[in-house]
Amino acid sequence: MLFQPINKNYHEFCIERDKDLCINCKVCVRQCSYDAHFWDESRQKVMHDNTKCIGCHRCEALCPTAALSIRNKPSDFRPHKLWRPVFLQNIYKQADTGGVLLAGMGSPVDIPVYWDSMLLDASQVTNPSIDPLREPMELKTFLGAKPKRLSIVTDKNGKPKLKTKLTPQLELDVPIMFAAMSLGAINFNLHQAMARAATETGTAYNTGEGGLHKSLYKYGKNTIVQVASGRFGVHLDYLKAGSAIEIKVGQGAKPGIGGHLPGEKINFMVSETRMVPIGSDAISPAPHHDIYSIEDLLQLIYALKEASEYKVPISVKIAAVHNVAAIASGVVRAGADIVTVDGMRGGTGAAPAMIRDNVGIPIELALAQVDQRLRDEGIRNKASIVAAGGIRCSGDVVKAIALGADAVYIGTATLIAVGCTLCGRCYTGKCPWGIATNDSKLSKRQNPDIAARKLANLIRAWGHEIEEMLGGMGLNSIESLRGNRDKLRGVGLSDTELDILGIKHAGR
Amino acid sequence: MKRVYPDKEYCIGCHLCELACITAHSKSKDLIIAYREERGRDGLSPCKKVFEKGDTCVAISCRHCDEPSCVAACISGGLYKDPETGRTVYDRDKCVGCWSCLMACPYGAIRRHPIEAKIVKCDLCEGRENGPACVEACPNQALKYEER
Repeated sequence: MLFQPINKNYHEFCIERDKDLCINCKVCVRQCSYDAHFWDESRQKVMHDNTKCIGCHRCEALCPTAALSIRNKPSDFRPHKLWRPVFLQNIYKQADTGGVLLAGMGSPVDIPVYWDSMLLDASQVTNPSIDPLREPMELKTFLGAKPKRLSIVTDKNGKPKLKTKLTPQLELDVPIMFAAMSLGAINFNLHQAMARAATETGTAYNTGEGGLHKSLYKYGKNTIVQVASGRFGVHLDYLKAGSAIEIKVGQGAKPGIGGHLPGEKINFMVSETRMVPIGSDAISPAPHHDIYSIEDLLQLIYALKEASEYKVPISVKIAAVHNVAAIASGVVRAGADIVTVDGMRGGTGAAPAMIRDNVGIPIELALAQVDQRLRDEGIRNKASIVAAGGIRCSGDVVKAIALGADAVYIGTATLIAVGCTLCGRCYTGKCPWGIATNDSKLSKRQNPDIAARKLANLIRAWGHEIEEMLGGMGLNSIESLRGNRDKLRGVGLSDTELDILGIKHAGR
Repeated sequence: MKRVYPDKEYCIGCHLCELACITAHSKSKDLIIAYREERGRDGLSPCKKVFEKGDTCVAISCRHCDEPSCVAACISGGLYKDPETGRTVYDRDKCVGCWSCLMACPYGAIRRHPIEAKIVKCDLCEGRENGPACVEACPNQALKYEER
């Protein structure tokens, strides 16, 4: 190809334009932030450059005559089980650039999805199933440490009173929360939408590590504020603004790796909230430099409890890695009220592709092991468990809760609800759907009114489905499902996998 | 009265409202025919236009003002205020193409017909079942049809 690197033609996508339908209205030209569509002055018509297409489908979605289809490029390399095309393309890319391969969104690699190998139970004959439309069904969940036992005293008039002092709890109407996505990684419109949707549906959203804009403090009852290794936007008002504080130690998509928000994404609002200069890179170190041990973590947990006057529960988020159960045990013993475990399929705005695709373990295995370990050690009541990383539907939520989670975080699903097509170019800051961008022209594409409605709809829809599944199992409360692995059976899993998940094989 | 209000905060400059407008005002009611054929042949053009400057864009159409300058400026009675609906109505037959209204409109919401001595102006898609076509087509709810 003329004037181009020789591997330029090995692109991923092809734009198909139906000539009978295309009217050259240029809607695609205006929508594409990668300039794949353009107005050709000499030909007097809209043309496209396939090599620039990233497969986001924005043009396809907005084309008024449905003239566009985005397809995978049909020319495949010679089939090879070892040298799959992705490896060739990566090597070509790195031979050109000499750089680390960056990736966005969750890992696309083919590791087992255990959700798909677990099946739920239902009531038949011996125990009645429940119709959630006609009978009460409770999804309310409280996150935080629970007392080992309750003591009750009776006053002079014989009225019982709770003597045990309860620790602070985060109250959720539905056990599904919006995962930590920072202001900066995604834009203000979506932060606002998450805050509004969480408030409307009685759940919580997590600010991520980029601080909380002052105008969103009013949604504090439904906000979890995060403290990460960069400490961006952390100050006393911030810590007191939410209903829970989360210390982010690790992220499922990139365990052991910090964060890097490029300076181009730091506009006035992000700069103000993160308390960093406009245009400067915001770098989160890989570790917290004040946490090199469980004892150090304990100090930070109690520093945050002091700062927030013991009014909110403290969560510690760790990535699912090989010794996650032992780490979680240490985290609980350090005083965390909530342990968040983030599996390797969790999303990210930017991560080195090698880390994202090769580091960590699936959430299902990690979750089962963490729950079991805390139970074995008799400290399960001291902390709630939140599962994150690859929750795709309400069925996954129910399975996660049966495996021992108290609640789940949804991040990727949140973004898909507002249009994300998993094109995986979040790190470029040019998100054509206006999600992972702070560009003032692109971020407008997310109208918070629409986004908040969609997010609230998603939570409500999943809530209804969870009620139906619970009812089918003869349960009338999410509490009765928590850690109830008898409601799960595995299919096509090895004895080791069943043992780790703590479930029986289907048929047993 | 209900009017179409643009929201520049969320207008993404896609121009789909213009396409919806010409479709709604076309003979064929078919976007492809309207855009490819009627636009050139009959001078079909949208009653609204998306203005852009820098990162800001906004779709401007007739605001159906309470005291419209265009009506005051009209020399032939081609523009008048409908006392019942409150709309600023255009009577094409009376229009002589003097374009006084274009000069008078403070919003630049009236445009010349491309091939005839007439004007093009928003009629709020009178008679259309689902209200103004532009509002229905806007993918980002940057156009609202409401009482304010």
